[in-house]
Amino acid sequence: MFGLKSGAARRRIATGAAAAVAVAMLATGCAAAGDGGDTGGSGDKGNLAITFLPKNLGNAYFDTSDKGGADAIKEFGGTYAEVGPATGTPDGQVSYINTLTQQGVGGIAISANDPKALCDAIKEARDAGLKIVTFDSDTSPDCRDLFINQATADGIAKVEVDLIAEQIGDAGKIAILSATANATNQNAWIELMKADLKANHPNIELVDVVYGDDDDQTSFDKTAALLQTYPDLKGIISPTTVGISAAARYLQTSEFKGKVFLTGLGTPNQMRDYVNDGTVTAFALWNPGDLGYLAAYATKALIEGTITGKEGDKFDAGKLGSYTVGKDGTVLLGDPFTFNKDNIADFNF
Amino acid sequence: MTTGTTTARTYKDYGQPLWRRILVTREAAVIGALILVIVVASFSVRAFAKPITMTYLFLDIAPILLIALPMTLIIITGEIDLSVASIVGLSSVTLGVLHQGGMPIEVAGAIALVVGLVAGAINGFLITVVGLPSLAVTIGTLALYRGLAVGLLGTKAVTEFTEFWTDLAKSKIPGTAIPSVVILIVVIAIIFAVLLHFTAFGRGIYAIGLSPETARFSGVRVERTKFILFMLSGVVSALAGIYYTLRFGSARGDNATGLELSVIAAVLLGGVSIFGGRGALHGVIAGVLLIGTLASALRLANVTSDVINIITGTLLVASVVITSFLAWLRTKRARPGGKRTETLAAAKS
Repeated sequence: MFGLKSGAARRRIATGAAAAVAVAMLATGCAAAGDGGDTGGSGDKGNLAITFLPKNLGNAYFDTSDKGGADAIKEFGGTYAEVGPATGTPDGQVSYINTLTQQGVGGIAISANDPKALCDAIKEARDAGLKIVTFDSDTSPDCRDLFINQATADGIAKVEVDLIAEQIGDAGKIAILSATANATNQNAWIELMKADLKANHPNIELVDVVYGDDDDQTSFDKTAALLQTYPDLKGIISPTTVGISAAARYLQTSEFKGKVFLTGLGTPNQMRDYVNDGTVTAFALWNPGDLGYLAAYATKALIEGTITGKEGDKFDAGKLGSYTVGKDGTVLLGDPFTFNKDNIADFNF
Repeated sequence: MTTGTTTARTYKDYGQPLWRRILVTREAAVIGALILVIVVASFSVRAFAKPITMTYLFLDIAPILLIALPMTLIIITGEIDLSVASIVGLSSVTLGVLHQGGMPIEVAGAIALVVGLVAGAINGFLITVVGLPSLAVTIGTLALYRGLAVGLLGTKAVTEFTEFWTDLAKSKIPGTAIPSVVILIVVIAIIFAVLLHFTAFGRGIYAIGLSPETARFSGVRVERTKFILFMLSGVVSALAGIYYTLRFGSARGDNATGLELSVIAAVLLGGVSIFGGRGALHGVIAGVLLIGTLASALRLANVTSDVINIITGTLLVASVVITSFLAWLRTKRARPGGKRTETLAAAKS
């Protein structure tokens, strides 16, 4: 048309082509997601489209909990979806809460990255009629409808301190390998562990708390650093599934295997190898699948109006039986469970 | 490609009517791509074509938009500032700690801005006075400022802010769906646009990017210009930090971690050359809006965050690769016509 096209025109074509690629991807994305988008239709008892919003995607723990949620939602005939940020940040979760509010889903089950930062977004969602249930990690109690507590903080702190005390003979130096420095649940447990150690285990000295950011490599490196810094360390508590498996992987091939005891919160599939070869004697956890399952049933009960989330409300949670809402709109899943060489083969999650 | 010599082409380019010179640019292509995404998403994504989408979009991208303004100027000079997100965190923590200590938000905010200014001045000093490369300096201060931010507040988050300010950060311009923060962004964007496109200082910025030597001999005060730009970057990043803190009602050391990459990606997508000397603010603003709108539409279409990252990453790479490829093609085709005219054409574009 113009003989030779100008350089600027070429660049325009370039960006145009790139944009076309993006639009094409947008269109495919929509096509792929179409089935999730339009099925939020409301039945007689309300809109049972429930979306799980974990702290971040690609986390085995939340894969398990959200699968439990999916199973429950399938049982009662709702619509399951899972969205989440790639990294565990509150702003990423806020974007998703906003998005779900716009889409008009029935309810969201969230594991919160920050106790306060999500509250405004949640408030807007609730104003729009969505039911908000937190699980695993709570927001401020006034934000959400219900919190599904995996175990009481006391219970978790106690089982971890008891395990390490038993393993190291109730005396010596220990350290804690936590997740991120701001993780609500981790910090609560750590405080309680400190109190429990002080009150009941005077011969155990907590020398350090380090943060592996729930990242495998960081946790691995922090474990290595801990053992270099404190050569006489007797035990490590890692109350995070990412941390404990990274620490176990380090211990397994290091000179400290069998000398430094490791316990904390882990999943049987991640820890099986280390328990079977003696790197780890015992660790604790709840069943995250049950946690997601219970969160889904609680969301359903709220959407259907069976409960409002006040103390004393009772609801049915399928195979888990009946649950009662406790103080501050909290539902307790149950006591933590201790996994060891004798029983680990019975679990697969 | 038909006949016509390259000399003729050069002449023809300059001889194009004004409307063609305005419409056939990289910036226009980005704006076109943005409109395309909006149109496609409006028709194909449920719940996208609602005013609330715009509200959430602007609330989400406000910090990126703000920081992209000084970043554009810095990248046009051929430098880069990787420490911006860490300054956001540092400003957030400064505001939080001082407010927690009883200082009113106005005063604490002003001090946070000064902290940003100082942080920017330290970058500027190391780059222009000491003469270190900005890439190395700001990688260092990225870690340094983030470290200070996390160190100051430790594992805690400050969440008690005067409701007036947190409400203001999320408020909308009365009678519209546009957040009030857009007014702030427009004002600052106009200041930066005037500075870059209508002042001798701004022409100096382009001159530095094309050739610092030539600029220096032409009377541009290269060091002073860069120093001012890094200070501006620090102040605007601190402002973004204040907004970020108030919007989420949470001051944390890890606020906005990784935001620098979103900013730089948007600036490059907006047509600014990473080698300096080329780019315009309207293209950058369109670039930020394009990435934000695309992400917003994809989230509404239930596309997961990792896939969104893949798509925006591919878009960025595609736009850069296709542009470079066409430039290479142009060079190759122009060769028979003589190298000299090609250099002319390249310098022009």
